[in-house]
Amino acid sequence: MPAIAVVDYGMGNLRSVAKALAHVAPDEHIVVTADPRVIRAADRVVLPGQSAMPDCMRCLDASGLADVVQEAAATRPFLGICLGLQMLFQSSEEGPTPGLGVLPGRVVRFRDAAMQLPSGVRLKVPHMGWSPVRQARPHPLWAGIADGTRFYFAHSYHPVPKDRAVIAGTADYPTAFTCAIARANIFATQFHPEKSHRAGLRLLANFVAWNGCD
Amino acid sequence: MGLAKRIIPCLDVAEGRVVKGINFVNLRDAGDPVEVARRYDEQGADELAFLDIRASIETRGLLYHMIEAVADQVFIPLTVGGGVNSVDDIRALLNAGADKVSINTAGVRHPGLFEEAAGRYGSQCIVAAIDAKQSAPEAWEVYTHGGRTPTGMDAIEWAREVVARGAGEILLTSMDRDGARTGFDLELTRAIVEAVEVPVIASGGVGSLQDLVDGILEGGADAVLAASIFHYGEFTIGQAKAALAAAGIEIRD
Repeated sequence: MPAIAVVDYGMGNLRSVAKALAHVAPDEHIVVTADPRVIRAADRVVLPGQSAMPDCMRCLDASGLADVVQEAAATRPFLGICLGLQMLFQSSEEGPTPGLGVLPGRVVRFRDAAMQLPSGVRLKVPHMGWSPVRQARPHPLWAGIADGTRFYFAHSYHPVPKDRAVIAGTADYPTAFTCAIARANIFATQFHPEKSHRAGLRLLANFVAWNGCD
Repeated sequence: MGLAKRIIPCLDVAEGRVVKGINFVNLRDAGDPVEVARRYDEQGADELAFLDIRASIETRGLLYHMIEAVADQVFIPLTVGGGVNSVDDIRALLNAGADKVSINTAGVRHPGLFEEAAGRYGSQCIVAAIDAKQSAPEAWEVYTHGGRTPTGMDAIEWAREVVARGAGEILLTSMDRDGARTGFDLELTRAIVEAVEVPVIASGGVGSLQDLVDGILEGGADAVLAASIFHYGEFTIGQAKAALAAAGIEIRD
């Protein structure tokens, strides 16, 4: 049985996530799978995702994997990436389909009005590229990664957790938003560690070595 | 500190091989896309762009294999374009490991492709490639088929339209400057940057490091793309970043 299951619910490119994990953990058994039995038996679970949250949720529901993902998020080292983070929350401004509700809070769009800077510069949406991530608190997944290291982002929506204690990292665009969350065995990022060069690979290596304790 | 401006080397590929003089010292095989991509990755490229210049149906499979091979080894964003005609093409490229796919000629012929693609895969991975040529003072016309076919369409209008249809980024190439090494068309860049709310990548005409700086400071570009100044070993990505930093531009170290 695999050590790490990357959940495949039919949304987009999972190859990069699996390959980046294989790169940092060449001896681990990593599978991209839609099989609930394989996901249940895995030691660690990764939930990636791209596109729009309502579409991702519909695909996850249609694939019959919502329950098994919730179960994994309650029991084992669990990593959500991008939409895989957003789906953990209750709702999103992107559409009426509810999220998994593992974490209280919602997902909102960058506000157009807030994008205009006093300097006259207007920030673009999607927020695309490399932004520094402030570590809100120490966590095993930040091990060896300097506070303020840049990670790669490509998104127009971000989470607003109800419980501020789950905030593990923030970035500025132009005001601070939550870009990493941590609670017990769950860690999730709005940025893409699998596309974030050395720092991203280090975060994935930390996940592979993590015992799931905060 | 905020979002860094990006430097994107662009590689022309054909039959799954890099073409057009890649000339690094100590490269075993200058046409090997994985080796070239790795070299740019080591130098600190923020992203890589691949353009399939033949884009023939017979050799498409080679492109997919190439993207897979690069994506297995290089962990920065990859943008792939050239001959993208349908949502099936986009899916195949994303599954191979591309993070973003650029649409050019097919989008002009069938603008609904942008909606369809963004609806299915999200705006963040759909790039509209616009090739523009000056037609009058402060007016530029859209060209397709690698810059050979005029369309009669206004580039600024077209940029607004593709964004309204779901493109999440614009890759803007000046046909007047492409290959000329006299710098970006800054007027064109500025006009498109001001017309849309998505990021704009400036392309076409880079001959010096100052051209990169100008594209960002004067053109207002969010990212700058260049080919020859990097390929021939004239400058490294690191030198380009140092030039940007010296001009007060925020970069990823």
